[in-house]
Formats: sequence, C-alpha cells, structure tokens
Amino acid sequence: MDPSVVDLSRLQFAVTALYHFQFVPLTLGLSFMLAAMETVYVITGKQIYKDMTQFWGKLFGINFAIGVATGLTMEFEFGTNWSMYSHFVGDVFGAPLAVEGLMAFFMESTFVGLMFFGWNRLSRGGHLAVTYLVALGSNLSALWILIANGFMQDPVGASFNPDTMRMEFNNIAALVFSEDAQAKFVHTTIAGFVTGAMFVMGISAYYMLRRRHREFAARSFRMAALFGIISSLAVVTLGDALGRLDFLVQPTKLAAMEGIWHTTTPPAAPWTVFAIPDDVAQKNYAEINLPYVLGPLVAHSFTAAIPGIIELEQKAKLDTVNGIKAVTALHDYSSTKDPAALAIFKQYEQDMGYGFLAQRYAPDQDLSKLTAANTPAVLDRAARDTIPNVLVEFWSFRLMVLFGFAFVVVFAFAAYVSLNNKIEKHPWLLRATMWAIPLPIIACEYGWIVAENGRQPWTVYGWLPTFLSASTHTVGYMIFSLIGFVLLYSVFIAAELYLLFKFARIGPAEHAVPELAGPATPGFTRGGFADKSWQ
Amino acid sequence: MELYAILKLIWAGLLGVLLMGLAIMMGMDMGVGTLLRFVGKTDGERRTALNIIGPHWDGNQVWFILGGGAIFAAFPTLYATSFSIFYVVMILLLFSMIMRPVAFEYRSKLDGGTWRMSWDWAFLISGALPMIIYGAAFGNVLQGVGFHFDWTGQYHQDESFLWYLLNPFAILCGVLSLALSIQQGGAMLMIRGEEPIYGRARSIAWVAGLVAAVLFVLGGIWIQFIRGFVFTGTVNPNMESTPLGGPGVAQQAGAWMHNFHTLPVLWVLPALGVVCMVLAAVSIRADKPIIGWWFGALAWVGTIGTAGVAMFPFLMPSTTNPAQSLTVWNASSSAYTLGWMVIFAAIFVPAILCYTSWCYRVMKGKVRVEDVAHDEHSY
Repeated sequence: MDPSVVDLSRLQFAVTALYHFQFVPLTLGLSFMLAAMETVYVITGKQIYKDMTQFWGKLFGINFAIGVATGLTMEFEFGTNWSMYSHFVGDVFGAPLAVEGLMAFFMESTFVGLMFFGWNRLSRGGHLAVTYLVALGSNLSALWILIANGFMQDPVGASFNPDTMRMEFNNIAALVFSEDAQAKFVHTTIAGFVTGAMFVMGISAYYMLRRRHREFAARSFRMAALFGIISSLAVVTLGDALGRLDFLVQPTKLAAMEGIWHTTTPPAAPWTVFAIPDDVAQKNYAEINLPYVLGPLVAHSFTAAIPGIIELEQKAKLDTVNGIKAVTALHDYSSTKDPAALAIFKQYEQDMGYGFLAQRYAPDQDLSKLTAANTPAVLDRAARDTIPNVLVEFWSFRLMVLFGFAFVVVFAFAAYVSLNNKIEKHPWLLRATMWAIPLPIIACEYGWIVAENGRQPWTVYGWLPTFLSASTHTVGYMIFSLIGFVLLYSVFIAAELYLLFKFARIGPAEHAVPELAGPATPGFTRGGFADKSWQ
Repeated sequence: MELYAILKLIWAGLLGVLLMGLAIMMGMDMGVGTLLRFVGKTDGERRTALNIIGPHWDGNQVWFILGGGAIFAAFPTLYATSFSIFYVVMILLLFSMIMRPVAFEYRSKLDGGTWRMSWDWAFLISGALPMIIYGAAFGNVLQGVGFHFDWTGQYHQDESFLWYLLNPFAILCGVLSLALSIQQGGAMLMIRGEEPIYGRARSIAWVAGLVAAVLFVLGGIWIQFIRGFVFTGTVNPNMESTPLGGPGVAQQAGAWMHNFHTLPVLWVLPALGVVCMVLAAVSIRADKPIIGWWFGALAWVGTIGTAGVAMFPFLMPSTTNPAQSLTVWNASSSAYTLGWMVIFAAIFVPAILCYTSWCYRVMKGKVRVEDVAHDEHSY
C-alpha cells in the first residue's frame, strides 16, 4: 500500500479526533455541573440557581452541538479509513461502540432536547431528572468509548482466529473491566470536570472584573472552584495510576514518556525533569535529573527496573524473528489449510504482530522474499519502528502534567479566597482564571497525544501495526476528504467561538422583570412546582 | 439450524429494524430540513418549522449513529468494506450530516439575514443529500459492487467511484428515499404546525407520497432486469465468518426475484410498501397527518424490507469476485459477540422506544410562531 495514504489517513484521524476532543471534555464536565446547579435550585428554590443552570446550559448547548457533529466523524472513520483495522478487531471493538450508542448516546441525545425545551413542560423534579440523565448519558458514552480505546492499548478479552483472520471476542468482563479502560475512563472524565470547572470559573471571573452579575458570578465561581479542586486533585492521582499501568502493559510507551533510553538501575534511577530527546541518536540532551524518584513515581517500587528503549528494541528484534515465522505460516495456512502450518503459527502466535511490522520493510511487502542477506536490515527497521516518537511523547506528557499541577494550585487558591469572600480583592487571580479557560482543553489534547502517539506503531498494541490497518485508498481520495474536513471544521470553530464569546459577554438574563412564563403558560404549574421565587 | 446461524439471522433482522428506525426517525427530520425553505417564507415560520422537531432531532439522529455502530459490531467485515468502498459518498454524507447539529444550534442565535440564510441552505443540503445517498447506497448494493479481498481480509476496490454516483438505478433509489423522507417530514410539520406551514407541507407531502409509490413500482420492474446474485455451491449458514473460501456465487438477471418465487408470502412486503405510500398520501391529503405519518413509517418498513428479502442472504455482493460477496453468513461477528449484542439490544432498544415516546408525549402539541419568538430556549 502507498505509505503516504497511511500517513494521510493518520493525519486525518488525528486532526478529526483532536478537533472532536476540544468539545468533549467541556460536555462531560459542564453536564454534571449543570446537574449540580439545578439540584441546588430544586432543593432551595432560589431563582438564581435556575438562572445559573439556564445560562451555563445555553453555553453547554453551543458546545454540545459541535461535539455531537464532530463525533459523527469518529464513528464512521474506522470504516471509511481503517478497513483492515475494522475487519481485524471489529468483532471486539465494534461491540462497545454499538453499546455506547444503545446505552449512552441515545439517552444523552434524547433527553438533551427536553433539557432545553422542557423547562415549562416538566415539573422541577422531572426536569432535574432529565438533566441528570443527560450528564449520565454523556459520561457513560465516554466509558464505552474508552473501553473500546482500552482494547487498542491493552488487547484483553479476545484471541486471534486464523480461520477468520481476525481477533475474536471471548470475554466481555475482561474487556469491560480492563484496567487500562477503567483507569483511562476516570482520568478522562475527571479531566472533563476540570475543564468544565475552569470554564465556569473563568467566565464568572470576567463578570466579577467587570462588576456585572455579581451575585450570579460569585456563586458560580465558588461552585466551580470547589468542583475544580476536587477534580484536579483526582485527575492527578488517577493519572499516576495510568502511568503505572503503562509500565505494566505498554513498556515502549512508558519509556518514551519518560525518555528512558537504557534500562534503569533501581533504586537510584533518576526521573528526568527536563531533556531534549533525540530519536535518531537515541539519547537525551540537556538532561535535568532527580535521582531516586523514577522507581517510586512510575512503578511504585524501589526495586523494579524500568526497561529502556534500546533494550526494548533488542527484544523487539527477537520477537520479529518469531513474528515472521508466525505470519509466514499463517499465510501458508490461509491458502492450504495445512495443519502443520497451523501448528507452526500457533507456536509463534504471540509475536504475529511483529511479523506484520517486518512486512512493511520486506521487498514488495512480501515476507516470502526475505533472504539471509536482506533480513538483518528488515529486523533493524521493524525493531526501530516499535518505539514511538520520543520527543513528542516526552514533551506532551510533561506539558500535560505541568498543566495538571498548575490547575490544582489555581483551584486551591480560588476555592480558598472564594470561601472567605475575598475573591474580588484578587483581580490578578480573576484575570488568571479567565485566561486559563482553554488550558484544560489543551492539557486534554496532550493527554490524547500521550495515549495515542505512545501506542504507535500499533493500532492494536502488539497485534496489528498502523500501516496495515488503513483502507486501500488513493492519495486523491485522502486529499479530497482532508480539504473538506479542514474547510468545514474551520468554519465550525469560527462560528462556535464567535457564539460562545458573544453569549458569555451578554451574560445571564437579568430578572428585574418576571419571566413571561408564569401561570399563563400551560403545563408550567404541572406537579405544583411553579416557580414563585421571583415574586 | 445451529445457534450461530440463528444469531446471524437475528442480527440480519435487527440490522433491518435499525435501518428502518433510521429511515423513519431521521428521515422525518431530513424531510423537514429539505422542506424548510419551502414551507417557511418568513424567518418566524422557518424557526417554527425547526422547533417542531427541535426537541427531537438529536435523539433521532442517534439512529444513524447506532446504525453505523451496529453494522460495525454485528457485521464488521461489511462495515469495513462498504464504508471504504463508498469512500467519496460516505465522506459527502458525513460532511452533510455534521452540518445539521451545528445548523440547529447556531442558526437562530444570531440575527443577520446572511447568517440565517446560509444555515437554511445547510439544512436543505444536509436534509436532501443524506437521504439521496442512503437510497443510492441500497441501489448500488442491489447491483453489486466491484471488490475483492486478499488473504489478510483487506479489501481491494476494482472500480472507480464515479460509477456509483452516476448510475440511473441508484439515482432512482435515492430519489425514492428522498420522496419518502419529504412525506414523513411534511406529515410531522402538519402534526405540530399551523397555517401557513400546515398547508404548504400538506401540498408537498401528499405529492411526495405518490411520487414515491410510482418510483417504488418502477424500481420493482427494473429489478427484474438487474443481474442479481445466487449461490452455485452449498451454503453453510453456520460457517466461520470469512469472505475467503466460501461457496460459489453466480450473477444472473432477475436473481433477486428468487426469494419471492420460493416464498410467495414475501410479496406482502412490497405490497405493504406501495399500499402504504398511497394511503399515506391519501391521509395527508385528507388532513389526517398522524395517520399519514404512520402509513409513511410502514411504507419505509415495506421498502427496506423488500430490498432486504430480495437480497437475502447477500449484504453486499461483488461483481468482480462474486464468490467473495459479503453475506449474512460470511460477514458477521463471532457467535460470542452476536450473542452479547442480542442481549444488549433486547434490553436497550425497548428502553429507547419507551423514553423516546415519552419525550414526544411531553413535547406534544402545536408549535406556534409567537411561542417560538418568545421562548429564549427555542432554535
């Protein structure tokens, strides 16, 4: 296959996924914050909490629409651009995606309509339930997506079937409760809560600085600060848990994240705070090291050695030798159905993925054309491929972590001054939170890059290389779709930001005059919950 | 028949149900989008038309997403192959589909005439184009598609994409699908709309129903001459799911009629389709939009059901390598996946139907131009 088609397919997937993920965290976080605000409204009956729910709900809606729209792309891109991947793992990977639709996305999307349109038609309690269902739906949606993603990182609950040439599902519990999936689910959704909290806090800070909507802003700010401090502490802790999982199941990702070229010698092994990794020379420049930190930080141990990239490459070379045997036998078996070939395949099955990796560098991508003369070069290149781009991985990880800790500090301080009602004495803090609104989104994007760049060169870690996964398109097809996505998505983001800024600047509705609603609107008083707080 | 074959059969049925759900629920919204510029002359009228489906379009659209997800889970090889083979059309479909959520949410948030008019065009494109593509996809699959697989299970395309866009039978199916969606959208605009939207929707919708009926009959005649597909070898429904090494398949004119010859009771489906299209048109004309809507929904059942049973068990036949045609038997998931997915579908599809109808009940009643103008939550 044309390598540039694979690269363009990767580029398109990365662009559309990162673009989609600008909107997802805010949906995840804001939906629960809306539910919390509305809960306070239902309990206390204070109009201001209804105003808060409706105002932040309007901004939620602007963000939600574009999140839904760009999510459509993701559901279809596996089929349109990753045919071999979809064929190879669809039996396992498709199931959580379908369940996501059935269980979560349907619920979220059906009730979001009522959330916006049902204010005057539902009782207070009924509307609150609807808001909770939207929040639950969007977070459950994240759960199933990350279960699917977890399979790409740590393929559990399935085995390869040489008769159908694909991974087949055999253990639903293993898939659903995959540690990687569960850890990533909590880490990701809570990162969404951080994003939502910063969004509400930043915009509230804007009103405080302008001395507008002061009570509204102060209450929103406090709620967001409390929400934020809990979430940001949780997101850092859970991130640490994910790092340990990478140590256990994705050693190449971990080594790249931490810039570890040589297997470490515990317990003194240093954690590298700063470095400029060089992927070609396989070493770090300008290292700043903290001794004794790496082991406990990553492996939660003073005795475990962490494998380095150079040693991992050596091991990959051995795996590739076996992998070539596995793939050759499999190819043989696919045409002859010869039990002897199957037996050889079974013997080396665990290394099949490495055989596919080597296929990329074999003459005409055909493993049967390997000779004693050209094999060593193929092994070298395949083994080198097993290491993700270290520079990208190392720095994406560090920036994400740096942001994470910065959020803890900002939220802690904001919560402290807000609880002491001294917030307006700290205009610099207000200004800082305002400018910090996009930072959690950027941190989330770095998180994705760490997770998915670190998974390379695999689409399914250890089993299926990325270069084999793509559809056999022509470059022309890819250029057509890429140009379309770039044009359409640019228009969308411009419209979205314009509307968000516009409605954030306008701010919540003032309640000098009672709402038009009231008893005249049929259905408003249903259940005896008519809102009289404005009287 | 063994369990695995039964599971495959159940999923073939569920696939049909999902495609019908998609056509009925999303088709209706698409119809409203297509009609928007014609039933609403003023901005207030257009907003009213949008708010008629405003609370529901998002939920309805999930039928489309679920359709994709279910094909992925239950027939992964079909998903992988068809979405890639129809790449250009699928991407156009995606582009038009992703305009819709944004158009709903953003259109009425700003006042400018150009702004709103641009989104109104987006509604027209994103309403009409997906329905045409949806129908045309059926049309193309009925004629077979040029592809084959290599030993790894990777597909290879044997034809250029323009052929798919430009063949007359596919266009006929596309227009049929568009007409049905306009009928359904029109009926919904009548159910929840008042004059002048009501009258304009009525005069378009009943004609659309008759057009659909004529196209459906024409398509039925045309299909006699289309080279359908039949097995020449012994079929083992219980086979391992792989398109490689299956029984032989031949292409013959009129082969899509075989199932109707062997099981004449299947004629019920095309009859249902055409009768319901006419009855829907009559009901809409007679100011009975709710009855018309339900007849329209049954018309979809008849239409998609007809295509499904005509092809069964073929899902996407190959013209260039018929033995590698994708069928219900060779493109499905493993028994384990199909079994679990049956369980999930059995729990959640009824739940979805329940809460969707609850939402419609909560929001029922006429949407008036003045209500829309005064409600800050409306689109």
